[in-house]
Amino acid sequence: MPAYSGGRVLLIARLLKNDRGGQVFLALLVATLIAVPILHAMPEASPWHLPTYAVTLLGKYLTYALLAIAVDLVWGYLGILSLGHGAFFALGGYAMGMYLMRQIGDRGVYGNPDLPDFMVFLNWHELPWFWHGFDSFPFALLMVGLAPGLLAFVFGFLAFRSRVTGVYLSIITQALTYALMLAFFRNEMGFGGNNGLTDFKDILGFSLQADSTRIGLFLASGIALMLGYLSCRAIVISRLGRVAAAIRDSEDRTRFIGYRVEYVKLAIFTFSAVLAGIAGALYVPQVGIINPSEFSPLNSIEIVIWVALGGRATLYGAVLGALGVNYAKTVFTAALPDAWLFALGAMFVLVTLFLPRGVAGLLRRRKKAVVKVTPAVEEIAP
Amino acid sequence: MRLVLCLILLLPGLLCAAEVETGDAGLDAAFAQIMDSDFELKAQGIDALAATGHPKAEALLNGLFDGNLRLHRKTDRLVWAVDADGGYAITDVFSGEDLGIESSRKVRKLPINNEVRVRIQAALAALDLNSPEATRRLAAVESMLTRPDPAETAGLKARLAVETDPAVRAALEIALAVVRLGDADAEQRLDAIAALHGRLEPAVRNALQRVADADREDAVRAAASAELVRIDRENERNAMLETLFFGLSAGSVLVLAAIGLAITFGVMGVINMAHGELIMLGAYTTYLIQQAMPTLPGLSLALAIPAAFIVSGLVGIAIERGVIRFLYGRALETLLATFGISLVLQQLVRTLISPQNVPVENPEFMSGLWQINPVLSLTYNRLYIFLFSLVVFAALFVVLKKTRLGLEVRAVAQNRAMARAMGVRSERVDALTFGLGSGIAGVAGVALSQLTNVGPNLGQSYIVDSFMVVVFGGVGNLWGTLVAGLSLGVANKVLEPWSGAVLAKILVLVFIILFIQKRPRGLFPQKDRAAEV
Repeated sequence: MPAYSGGRVLLIARLLKNDRGGQVFLALLVATLIAVPILHAMPEASPWHLPTYAVTLLGKYLTYALLAIAVDLVWGYLGILSLGHGAFFALGGYAMGMYLMRQIGDRGVYGNPDLPDFMVFLNWHELPWFWHGFDSFPFALLMVGLAPGLLAFVFGFLAFRSRVTGVYLSIITQALTYALMLAFFRNEMGFGGNNGLTDFKDILGFSLQADSTRIGLFLASGIALMLGYLSCRAIVISRLGRVAAAIRDSEDRTRFIGYRVEYVKLAIFTFSAVLAGIAGALYVPQVGIINPSEFSPLNSIEIVIWVALGGRATLYGAVLGALGVNYAKTVFTAALPDAWLFALGAMFVLVTLFLPRGVAGLLRRRKKAVVKVTPAVEEIAP
Repeated sequence: MRLVLCLILLLPGLLCAAEVETGDAGLDAAFAQIMDSDFELKAQGIDALAATGHPKAEALLNGLFDGNLRLHRKTDRLVWAVDADGGYAITDVFSGEDLGIESSRKVRKLPINNEVRVRIQAALAALDLNSPEATRRLAAVESMLTRPDPAETAGLKARLAVETDPAVRAALEIALAVVRLGDADAEQRLDAIAALHGRLEPAVRNALQRVADADREDAVRAAASAELVRIDRENERNAMLETLFFGLSAGSVLVLAAIGLAITFGVMGVINMAHGELIMLGAYTTYLIQQAMPTLPGLSLALAIPAAFIVSGLVGIAIERGVIRFLYGRALETLLATFGISLVLQQLVRTLISPQNVPVENPEFMSGLWQINPVLSLTYNRLYIFLFSLVVFAALFVVLKKTRLGLEVRAVAQNRAMARAMGVRSERVDALTFGLGSGIAGVAGVALSQLTNVGPNLGQSYIVDSFMVVVFGGVGNLWGTLVAGLSLGVANKVLEPWSGAVLAKILVLVFIILFIQKRPRGLFPQKDRAAEV
């Protein structure tokens, strides 16, 4: 189907027109996706050999990058600072975790073929209703999108309809993820409580410990990131995206012109939550655990600093920030564990004071401000 | 044959009849009986021992009861024996002289049986009942309440005749009435039920329950049941009061934590995510001052209040001057920057003091219970913190409404440009307002140090709750913060019994999220034009 794939190439070209950063980013991403399996296949003695743990680490970073794009879409292009995107990420992760738990079968510590270990431990006798169906991978995939999407839809519907904006919205998104964290810590919820879900064995029949599975997951993360980027880009350059930017810059005017502001917000917010859920679902099999601490408000707010550091409203800036901050985190927490929070804290302060447009803003300095960073004056009554 | 039998029977008595040297004639006589092999005589010896009124009598009885009191064979002295390597470590009962370690054969146990044990317990109870300390007498009567025994009637009556302490008198009367509930005469039982009217002690309820279930006379059963219904109603009311108190106490903590935020967020419109860490700094200030003067917990607590205000206030001013003032009008950026500051402050405390929780002592007047009635008691620390939060609230209110600074703060909040035109130095007002809100966070930290663990994460656990309180109450409205804080605290505690603590918290959060949907500007929205966005 050459014509069809040709159409696809055309579409991608159209999406990336006027997006120099995106072109560079996607080119690098494709190069990485090709290079990593090759480097990993090198003999271990070779200096070019890439160990498995590094592949998994990169895969983890890529899922973070996807999460960062999701946040950038709502923050950079819609003006909603979500301090609760970690919740959508974690929900997607839990959906995948539940599938992986069911795949363990009778290989758990208690050897019970019908119940995950923690349920046996809690003396439960049958599977709770919301665990049914997670034996099937397609169903789990559906839930990966549906669970965070539905939450975002309901939450967004309530919040946007009553015109909760700005800082208020940020704080209630934070309360949302905080409440979910408390809820998931409870054993009675049926999601493994404090320990969460772990001890996964395999995915779609492939052992999670195998190198080839690791490579596969890495590639899946990379492709998801690529598709995520392109779809966000498609939204951004569409009519919807332009209305979103208008809402960001002046919500009331957009409403007066006649746009249904809340529908636009709801659509983009829900899409972003689904994207975050997918990132979470790819994250869980690579790190091998999902627990309620993923819901902690600190996690969600860290995502925001990735985006702020990389540069809002550029999408590729979010990727840059996610990779940069997480690489720094990996290095710091190993070398100077005490210094990491100092560094992170300082990053928050310095970026907001001196780099309001992030690193991407520095790179694009010569171009005259293409995207105006939101002046958030109207966000709160003085 | 008879003689032999006699001898055999007497033999242990002869062998055991050792003299005890105590140096006190009364004790000697009592112990002569206790040493006897005849348990009836032993029992009389116990009573005699109790009756001597010797200062060691109680200790000796206890020693007999648990077997620590032994006789040293060589010297016939009474000794305390404690298990040790190679036998017992013994000390003289009267002189306290250390007699070293003796093998178990050299120290004799004073044998007792169950009958004697019961006698010892009764003697100890009687001793307590006549103790010179009112609290011990009260405890003795209360312990009798749980196992009413007609045999004690005489002792109780005798004590009642000479008792002067009103609390003990009341308890004695209840105990006598509870004993009378078991009287053979139905009139007496009815009379006893009438005498117990208005009492809430659990022991009284149990005794009445027994009567209501099993009494022979219908009239007595009915009277007891009626009394039970009243007690249950009363208990329910007290349980409600207790829940209310716990709720108000939890709410007052919320108010304390949120009230500084009501200034910085509510009045200035600045989102200060480091607010929780300013609370934490206040708590740590308390800890450090207490370390400096460990012997004076009360004074150090009093000093900690102004010190914490100053420390947190200065840090707050530094934050405002160093970061926030460059970000006015950019609320989301302010949120991020102050969040960064909160991380730095937390890590600073971890690095400089300790990553673990630190112990903060409660001074004496903060610990203990205020026993309002037998089923309702309030802890002093919660009570004082409740009052303290009201005082802080009132002080803040006065500052904002009655002082020059307060006037300027309100002027700048309402219309910055106009205030500047009138000569208000708005930058200075910003710094001072922020300092005031931060200082109050520090004061809240002092109060929290008396209730919860002081650790680097102290502030984090309050930040979401504090914002909820301010938003729920209505931004820019101090009264709203007070009402919201207290009502959220009460709601939490009312929900807790049937949902559990965590679920109660979640329910309250969900409620607020829904509430904000309905009334985005809180319970008491500001009614001026400044609030129109």
